[in-house]
This record gives sequence, C-alpha cells and structure tokens, in this order.
Amino acid sequence: MDYFVELFFSGLTRGSIYALIALGYTMVYGIIGLINFAHGEIYMIGAFTSFIVATVLSIYGFPLLAIVVLAGFAAIIWSSAYGYTVEKLAYKPLRHAPRLSPLISAIGMSIFLQNYILLAQTSDFLAFPELIPDLDFMEPYAHVVGTTDLVILATTAISMLALTLLIKFTRIGKAMRATSQDRTMAMLVGINVDRVISMTFIIGSALAAIGGMLIASHIGQINFMIGFIAGIKAFTAAVLGGIGSIPGAVLGGFVLGLTESFATGYVSSDYEDVFAFGLLVLILLFKPSGLLGKADIQKV
Amino acid sequence: MFSLKETKRSALISLWFMFLTFPVLVIKVDAIEQTVYWRWENMLYIGLGSFILSIFGKIFFERQKSRRERQIAEKIEKHSLIQRALRDPKYLYPLGAAFFLFAVTYPYLFSTYQINVMTTALMYVVLGLGLNIVVGVAGLLDLGYVAFYLVGAYSYGLLNMHFGLGFWTVLPIGALLAALLGILLGFPVLRLRGDYLAIVTLAFGEIIRLIMENWNDFSQGPSGISNIPRPGLLGFDLTLDQAITYLYYLMIVMVLVTIFVVNRLQNSRLGRAWVALREDEIACQAMGIDKTKTKLTAFALGATWAGMVGVIFAAKTTFINPASFTFLESAIILAIVVLGGMGSILGVILGAVILILLPEYLRALSDYRMLAFGAIMVSMMVFRPQGLISNVRRHYHYRPKKEQQK
Repeated sequence: MDYFVELFFSGLTRGSIYALIALGYTMVYGIIGLINFAHGEIYMIGAFTSFIVATVLSIYGFPLLAIVVLAGFAAIIWSSAYGYTVEKLAYKPLRHAPRLSPLISAIGMSIFLQNYILLAQTSDFLAFPELIPDLDFMEPYAHVVGTTDLVILATTAISMLALTLLIKFTRIGKAMRATSQDRTMAMLVGINVDRVISMTFIIGSALAAIGGMLIASHIGQINFMIGFIAGIKAFTAAVLGGIGSIPGAVLGGFVLGLTESFATGYVSSDYEDVFAFGLLVLILLFKPSGLLGKADIQKV
Repeated sequence: MFSLKETKRSALISLWFMFLTFPVLVIKVDAIEQTVYWRWENMLYIGLGSFILSIFGKIFFERQKSRRERQIAEKIEKHSLIQRALRDPKYLYPLGAAFFLFAVTYPYLFSTYQINVMTTALMYVVLGLGLNIVVGVAGLLDLGYVAFYLVGAYSYGLLNMHFGLGFWTVLPIGALLAALLGILLGFPVLRLRGDYLAIVTLAFGEIIRLIMENWNDFSQGPSGISNIPRPGLLGFDLTLDQAITYLYYLMIVMVLVTIFVVNRLQNSRLGRAWVALREDEIACQAMGIDKTKTKLTAFALGATWAGMVGVIFAAKTTFINPASFTFLESAIILAIVVLGGMGSILGVILGAVILILLPEYLRALSDYRMLAFGAIMVSMMVFRPQGLISNVRRHYHYRPKKEQQK
C-alpha cells in the first residue's frame, strides 16, 4: 500500500509540473494556433536562471528564504523576457505565413536556445542546490511523500488559482478570452491583439519558469537538454486534456503524471518516455480533441 | 542615412538583449568550488552584436518591402540568375558536365579524409532529397524521418549479424523495410492535421530509438552493433582506402539516381497530386484525388531513400548504435531542406553541401554548428521562406499548331 501511495504522490508531483508547462502550450495554441516548440526551452532557461541566481546568492551568504524568493523571481522575470523575445523574433513576422513556417521557426528556436545554453554555460549536469528544507511535521510520512512534493503541489495549486482569477476577472484576461474565440473580431472591438499575444507568452513563460525551478530542486540536477523531453511531455498533457482548454491542460498533466508514475513503478522504468510518447500517439489517433477540448471542424 | 530615431531604437534593442542574456552569459558559477565568474566581456559582445544586427535587419526589411511593392506594381515574375541558367540548356549542359567531371576526379585530387567527408555530405544530399518529397513537395512535416534511416541501418546490421547477408542483398531489403514502416506509421497518422502530424512523427521517431536502446536481446541496446562489413565489389578484397573510394562512387551513383527519380516524380501525375495536396487539402479532395493514398505514397517513397542511406551509413561507419539516430539528426535533415528551399532539388543539394561541409572545414566554429542550424531555420523562415533556391513550378504553355510547324 505504501508503494502505491508513494507512486501516487510522485505521479501527482510530476503531473503538476507537466500541467504548469502544458498551460503555456495550451494558452498559446488557443490564441494563435501555434505549437510553441520552444516552450520547453523557456522552462529550461527558468531552471538555469534560478540555479545561477540561487548559487550566487548562497555563495554571498544570503539567508535561505531570501535565496528561494529571489531565485524564483529571477527565473520568472527572465523566462518571461525570453518568451516575449522569442515571440517577437520568431513568430510575429510569420503570423500570416503558411502554417508550417512558424512551426519550423519554432523548432529552429528550440535548437538555438538549447545550444545557446550549452555554449554559455555547460553541457554537464549541474547539481541544483537544495532550496526546500525538510519540514519537521512531515517526518512520519517522509517514506511516502517528501516535503518537496508537498511544496510543489501547493505552489502549483496557487499558480493555477492565480491564473484562473486572472483569466476570469481581469481586463487582460477578458481580452485573452476574446482573442482566442475570434482574433479578427477581437481586433474590431478594439483589443490590441499584439499585446494580448505578448501577454500570453509572458504568462505561459512565467508558469514554465515556476515549473522549471520546482522540478530542478526536486530532481536535484539540470542540463541543457531537460527542456526537450519535458516540452514534449507537457505537450502530450495539453493534447490529452484538449489543446486550447486551460482546465484540460491541468487535467491532462495529472493524468499523464499518474500514468507515467504507475507504469514505471509497476511495469518497467526503462520505457518511461515510451509510455508518454505512446499515450500521445494513442490520443491523437483516437480522440484528437482530447478529454475536455472541442472538436475541431475545418470549414471551407 | 540613419535618423536619430532609428539609432535610438537599435540602442534600445541592444540594451534589451544585454539584459536578456545577463544571467546566462555573464555569470558562471562553480557550485563545488563556491566561486562566481563574471564574464562582462560577453555583455559587450552581445550589446554590439545586437546593435549591428538590428540595423541590418531593419535595412533588409525595408529593401524587401520596397522590392515586393515594385514587383507587384510591375507584375513581373523575377527569377534569379541560377534559375535562368538552369532553364537554358546552353548553360545547363556545360555546367552539369563540369560538375560531373569534378565529382568523378574528386578521389584522385583529395585525401581519404576529404573523400570520407564528401561521402557523408552526399548521404545527406540523398536524405534531404528523400525528406524533400515528404516535407517540400507533399507538405507533410515529418519530424521522425530519422526513424526510417535507423531502420535501414539496423536492417543491415542485424541481417548481417544473424544471417550473414551482404550489402547488396540488404540494400533493397532495407529500403523495403523502411517503406513498409512508412506505410505502417502513415496509415493511422495521416488523418491528422499538419502540426499534429509533426508531433506524432516526432514521437514515433523517439519511440523507435528508445526501443532500440532498451531492447537488448534484439538490438544489443546502447552498445550497438559493430564489425559491420563494408560493401564488396564482385568478390575483390579492397583495402581501406579503396573501400572508401568505392563507397564514394557508390554515393555519386546513388545521388544521380535519386535526382533522376525525384525529378521525374515531381513532374508526374503523382507529384502534381502532392503539390495540390500541400496547397489545399480540401480543394484537392474535391478534385477527386485520393488523399490517403497520395499521402501514403509520399511517406513511403520518402522513407525508401532514408532506408537505403541507412544501409549505406551502416556499411560506411561499420558500427551503429541508437545514439546516431536522435531527433537532432531529423532536425539537421529538415534544416537542409528548409535552407535549400522546400521542393527544390538543386536547393536541397546546395543546402546539404553548405550545412555538412562548412562545419567540417570551419573546425574552430564547429561548437557553434547546432546554434547556427537553429538560427538558420528561424531566419530562413522570417527572411527568405522560399529557401536559397526557390522551386520554380513548371509552366505549361498553350501553343497553336501553326507555330509548332514553323
């Protein structure tokens, strides 16, 4: 039973990270219909930024709480800046181009960013500092669920609540919903669509940065390639839940995380990635609209 | 020439990039030794570089815009010098002959190492031409192309290990197996729309690689298959140098055959169906083209070339393992097609030669190879989506009978 609970919590933890990244995919897809291939790289840059800032601060002897907060903020700020810049450079000039052009551009951006980090930093795995200390009251449960798992779940829940509030009740949230329903119409009623798109990239990148920092402190090491696999898995989560749907991305993230955790726990850990990719293929073949998505009807 | 406003804008852009790259490029930490390195010089480079690039980018955009406006106004279709030369037999034949002569005498002029490098480049030419059928002509973005390449390489490796089959026997078998896999994968996924198709093919490519990596009994896992024999020539014993030269000529023949076949295909009924499918799926269906069949043939034919090159790859390196078939490989082949010009045969050849040979000779810059690949893919899409040499579609003119008799 303990093993089951342990797998369950590890699945939830993975799932919440996937959900955080998947939100970025789903929001961008909902608004401009593009699979933002470079999103996994934004997440990786978030992990690297928080790593660098946290290490520098700990060398200069800052207290732990300050390190966590500042590293988190730095990750969010720089990831958002990268997301914004990537959109301006690689996607905005191609907004009216054929469908494949922005996708190829996105793949190029993803390769570029990976190698940029590889050249600017290192190709080795870096040990991520332990940012979250073990809490005392968690001691009796430590064999099934760690403190980091709990922190990750809590942070994810807070971020998602904030996102929901932002989309439901703020002006920019309303503009985002309008743009995703009909971009031309949104433009006609005076919404600055360019700004909405930039904002979507910024919010998605910020969520990815949070995910990057959390997972890095959970796993304990980072590398310039982490964005690729995480990106595809998060995309799987987004498709699973129905791409374009925000609750769908969260649901898809958890379903994927749990599936992966149980499959590796009970079947075989060698094929960890195969399960995720296989799931992606199966969903796209049998239910391309996902769990909560709307069917996509092509009109002439 | 530059107004103050322009300069200010460029300065702001360079400031933004200095901010953007600050944590990753400037700071480098060593967590074990607890030291921080500040590399301020990088910030200076980025600042200057982005300032200059932003000015050039602006000029380029302005010129492109004015040129496009002029073209629309004058209603002319402009072709570049190369395209005009290619159309005219007066230039085409001597040019082709010169290239052929160069290709034939190449092994006598250069060292074994150079021949090896050129063989690799030729392999990528064929791979690029194969992917070009799928991506360039039929417009199906296939990100798992390397899977077919893997199937070719492994079919030679495994069939040779278990049954002792030779290179020439496996070459068609590898091609066939790859084509079969293409059809098998193609059947379910071809219902999907463009971008979903890209992701599913990527996932398939990764799944096949991961299976090869983990299924030790079948493929010997990450340690791979070694001691694969080089191709034989009518039972002669070849020295290593001779074998390399032989492989080079083999590749030249292969490239010529590929160019011939792809060229014929493009202007065939099937080729025109592919182009129609790429341009508009619904209209194409309405014209009575069998969508599934047309897509499947594109997939299978593209896969065939990858399978054959895979067999040759295994024979050339004599050692294969799953690490040679990552997504990056697919991305390189895609970059070749994109850089050269989607759908254009000559463009793909040029793309392969540039992307494979240049990094080989600019060894000092080889670290920046993948960085450049990424940058090329983005900037080609933004600045020159048609590629270096754009594909000129064949025009059919109606000529009255009288004129022909003259």
